[in-house]
Amino acid sequence: MANSYIEVKNINKKFGSFSAVNDVSFTIEKGKLIGLLGPSGGGKTTILRILAGLEYADSGDIYFDGQRVNEVLPQDRGIGFVFQNYALFRHMTVFQNIAFGLEVKKWPKQKVKDRVFELIELTGLSGLENRLPHQLSGGQRQRVAFARALAPQPSLLLLDEPFAAIDAKVRKELRSWLAETIAKIGITSIFVTHDQDEAVEVANEILIINQGKLEQMGSPIEIYKNPHTPFVASFIGQSTIIENFHELKGFDHEIGSTRAVVRPEFMDLGKPGEINFASAAQKAVVKNVFFRGSNWEIEVQVGNHIFYAFRSLEKEQLRVGDEVLLLIHRMYAFNDNQTVIIENRLKEDPMPVII
Amino acid sequence: MAGIVTKKAGSGGDLRPPHISEPKIVKWILIAISIIFLCSIVLLPLIIVLFESLKNGIGLYLESIVEPDAMSALLLTITVAVITVPLNSFFGICAAWAITKFQFRGKNFLISLIDVPFAVSPVISGLIFILLLGTNSALGAWFESYNIQIIFALPGIVLATMFVTFPFIARELIPLMQAQGIQEEEAAASLGASGWKIFWRVTFPNIKWGLLYGMILCNARAIGEFGAVSVVSGHIRGETNTLPLHVEILYNEYQFTAAFAVSSLLVFIALLTIIVKSFIEWKTHQQQSQMQEVDHHG
Repeated sequence: MANSYIEVKNINKKFGSFSAVNDVSFTIEKGKLIGLLGPSGGGKTTILRILAGLEYADSGDIYFDGQRVNEVLPQDRGIGFVFQNYALFRHMTVFQNIAFGLEVKKWPKQKVKDRVFELIELTGLSGLENRLPHQLSGGQRQRVAFARALAPQPSLLLLDEPFAAIDAKVRKELRSWLAETIAKIGITSIFVTHDQDEAVEVANEILIINQGKLEQMGSPIEIYKNPHTPFVASFIGQSTIIENFHELKGFDHEIGSTRAVVRPEFMDLGKPGEINFASAAQKAVVKNVFFRGSNWEIEVQVGNHIFYAFRSLEKEQLRVGDEVLLLIHRMYAFNDNQTVIIENRLKEDPMPVII
Repeated sequence: MAGIVTKKAGSGGDLRPPHISEPKIVKWILIAISIIFLCSIVLLPLIIVLFESLKNGIGLYLESIVEPDAMSALLLTITVAVITVPLNSFFGICAAWAITKFQFRGKNFLISLIDVPFAVSPVISGLIFILLLGTNSALGAWFESYNIQIIFALPGIVLATMFVTFPFIARELIPLMQAQGIQEEEAAASLGASGWKIFWRVTFPNIKWGLLYGMILCNARAIGEFGAVSVVSGHIRGETNTLPLHVEILYNEYQFTAAFAVSSLLVFIALLTIIVKSFIEWKTHQQQSQMQEVDHHG
């Protein structure tokens, strides 16, 4: 790729007999904000640390801007790293923390001062420059860590679970701020997260990592709409796995698999009369009703299958035991290594659509 | 042997609510027992030292202290401490560093080895050096052929003192450095700092109070060490007698006032140590609670 900035080729990393990273390859374009998403212990952080040079791959190559950097020390990679717990220098003030990387690089005093104040301004920390880390809130510490990593003008910014340690409320605010700031500076950035909302909201592109393997890479929309592997289909969004989906109305597709993933947003649930394609819908019984704040989550049973669907708070409230109609628009059928989107045939008669 | 206690016990701690605590009477009995015990075992002897040393007037007191043999013992004691403490600080930092920052085979063995001086009787520590470096040993004979005397001279005293006091600093630093982890150092590396800079600007400031605490304990023990030094010194008056040895000699010669006067010097050093130690405990406690706060939030 012409404007690929980071290239990772077949990297492997084992800790003892545990394979933390398993033959992972990807390329990242300059200026992109990339999310490494996956369950905890899946190898995301290890990949990030290998990119930083804090960990070394057992095999495989890493290129920054065309240069092989496998043996280059973290000091010389031109990276900024934001640690999960920020790792601020506890005995240094905010100013000293941010200035550290510049002093190490022997910037002249006045330039250090200008740059630090520029970053303090950028990160909204004005007035706090003489505080020590323990005198700051979690969100403020996060900003200091971010400013410190950015100060020496790295060409790659790496963030390890940057919001994990922050209160839910501040987290949302901070992540949109961070996404905006990164976009403003235009620095290539990679962040690790286990929170799919965070990845979807912030990243230009997402790499889904599971058990040390790269499952899929793409824009959030692409990954959501077209999951390549069963893992991605079940990991992204809220999913229920259905066995023997042939038993359901409109899904008698012959595609050599019997299992499928269904998401709440693929379904409509209602009393008879509320559903448009009544002939394509399944008869279902309400098993459970959960209040989810902004909507109802309804557990329904169709034959042996259990589904979870959403229902607006505006509509008539359902009760356990109610008979309802469940219209399933589509599902992701999958076998061991691939997924296929299948649509409800009765709804789209006469032509089945298989993507 | 003290030292491993860094926790400031005076304040904080979990207050036990009444439903799991003992009745008031038990509390007061325990307090009374502790106070009476400490007064009779610790405080009373200290007071007697001062009292006995001043019994025959301040003139005699000062005379016994400025007397040449006493001064030479004081000088030797200080010399030993001045050599021992920095060396043990250096080796203690090395050992703590190796144990907390690296993974290697035999790490547990090294940790146990550090504890050996606490387990072995000081007299035996002294004997080890006699056997190793005495005139009858190969190594001792080799040194002798170059006219270097180790046993019954300053080098022997320093070696024996180092052996006895080594664990204080390493033992103090290991838990501290373990608690701090390597993240700040990784952060410094990612910002471009070399190993040396990382040590001086990040690692060292974080351990300095703990190190100082270890040094104070090490120093106190180096000054007061009797057993090991007694074996290797040879008790040459005015030459290889440290303060504690000098006290013993005076006592054996029935010069009680002089013995107590010199002892009082050691008591003053001990009191000074306790004051400095309390200050450092307060400082490290402060630092630790900051650390906990940072870890807690972050």
